[in-house]
Amino acid sequence: MRVVATIDVPAPPEAVWAWVSDPSRYLEFMVGATRWDVESAQPIGLGARYRMLMRVGAVELGGLIEVVEFVAPADLAWTSITGVEQRGRWRLRARDGGGTHVELRLTYGVPGFEPAAWLIGRIAARTVRGNLRRSLRELRRAVVEDELGRRSGRARAA
Amino acid sequence: MPAADTTASATRNGHEPGVELRLADARGGPRIPLVGALVSALGRQLTRRIPRADLGERDPDYIRDNLPLMWLLASAWFRAEVRGLGNIPERGPVLLVGNHSGGNMSPDTVVLTLAFSTYFGVERRFYQLAHNLVLALPTLALLRKFGTVAASPENARAALDAGAVLLVYPGGDHEVHRPSWESHRIDFAGRRGFVRQALDADVPIVPVVAIGGQETALFLSRGGGLARALGLDRALRLKVLPISIAAPWGLNVGDLLGHVPLPAKLTIQVLPAIHLREQFGPEPDVDEVYEHVVELMQRTLDDLAAERRFPVLG
Repeated sequence: MRVVATIDVPAPPEAVWAWVSDPSRYLEFMVGATRWDVESAQPIGLGARYRMLMRVGAVELGGLIEVVEFVAPADLAWTSITGVEQRGRWRLRARDGGGTHVELRLTYGVPGFEPAAWLIGRIAARTVRGNLRRSLRELRRAVVEDELGRRSGRARAA
Repeated sequence: MPAADTTASATRNGHEPGVELRLADARGGPRIPLVGALVSALGRQLTRRIPRADLGERDPDYIRDNLPLMWLLASAWFRAEVRGLGNIPERGPVLLVGNHSGGNMSPDTVVLTLAFSTYFGVERRFYQLAHNLVLALPTLALLRKFGTVAASPENARAALDAGAVLLVYPGGDHEVHRPSWESHRIDFAGRRGFVRQALDADVPIVPVVAIGGQETALFLSRGGGLARALGLDRALRLKVLPISIAAPWGLNVGDLLGHVPLPAKLTIQVLPAIHLREQFGPEPDVDEVYEHVVELMQRTLDDLAAERRFPVLG
């Protein structure tokens, strides 16, 4: 099952990247996420591993994931090691005028008997899609607040 | 299979001395002679079906394949909510102690198994102790793949020694068939074995309190007197013959075929771990620990009950 959510953020890709590449910030904007712990010696970058959980329906779903693509400030992809079979990707693309188009993709597998698994995947997708959309809105809010704070700091310094 | 062999098998299976299945025990025979032969025959048949405890029967791939259906059942039918799984220590053996509700179709165990497996991953070993009869029923034999083993101190010790997380319901059949109007009561019937088990294995106790299971049918009586009159307590270790009103049967005596549980909202609260020797000293008093655990769970159950506005709806 593939779920995609997009949003335009009025800030440069570097500002958005500062948020999506930092595991310590995920609980601040990732709606439904209950855990995003670093499980590797290296907290950020290619090969970093996180234990993540997201509440979907009755329970928290997730597992151990590993970052498999890390190209700043554009692409960050991960894949699951244990737990729910999943692949995720952040795609940040600069917009004319200084903004960033943000795309969050999540592909997950539902094990078990195929017709039932497909149906359950569709049902779960509704919640997951809602979580991703709200997460992107939270991300935009956080990035914009950050940018405003930085600008006013610079203005005060000037 | 001769009765003697069956008893030997049951003993290997880990039943504690004095409670092993006594199939041909004249002293323990049913008090209604005409029913007695039937009960004893049923006891022999079911006893032959009780699997030997084998922790290796748990099958993580099977559990993984069934998680989606369990998720659908828990999310859509029971609108379940599991809180506090982070209170379970990340590593090492742990004894989860739960209150038991919902008759023979107890939804609490299904939801907790699902929640545990999605939270920690199916790779972390998780076993549940169940009454022999549950494991003997052909329709429920698959439970062994989920890690359900026959309830006995030996099986509990084996699971904990293997570093697993073990779920026990001290109240067992006594609590799970309590009348619906006692839903909001922790009732372990004074069974303190779990405390001794935790002390012997030196593992923390994590209380797990669930609400809603006793609203999945209208439980009228445990039928303890009826069970004794029929000799079920001796032949099958069954101290109850529950009477309930449940779908699709209407009046449901025994609940042996199970029932369709009503879609009652389930809430499960996992409490912080109790490290017995840290909290109660090097030689904890079993009665004191028991009272503490029951009181803690009762207080939590009272809080969960206060959150509910209507039965079933939650």
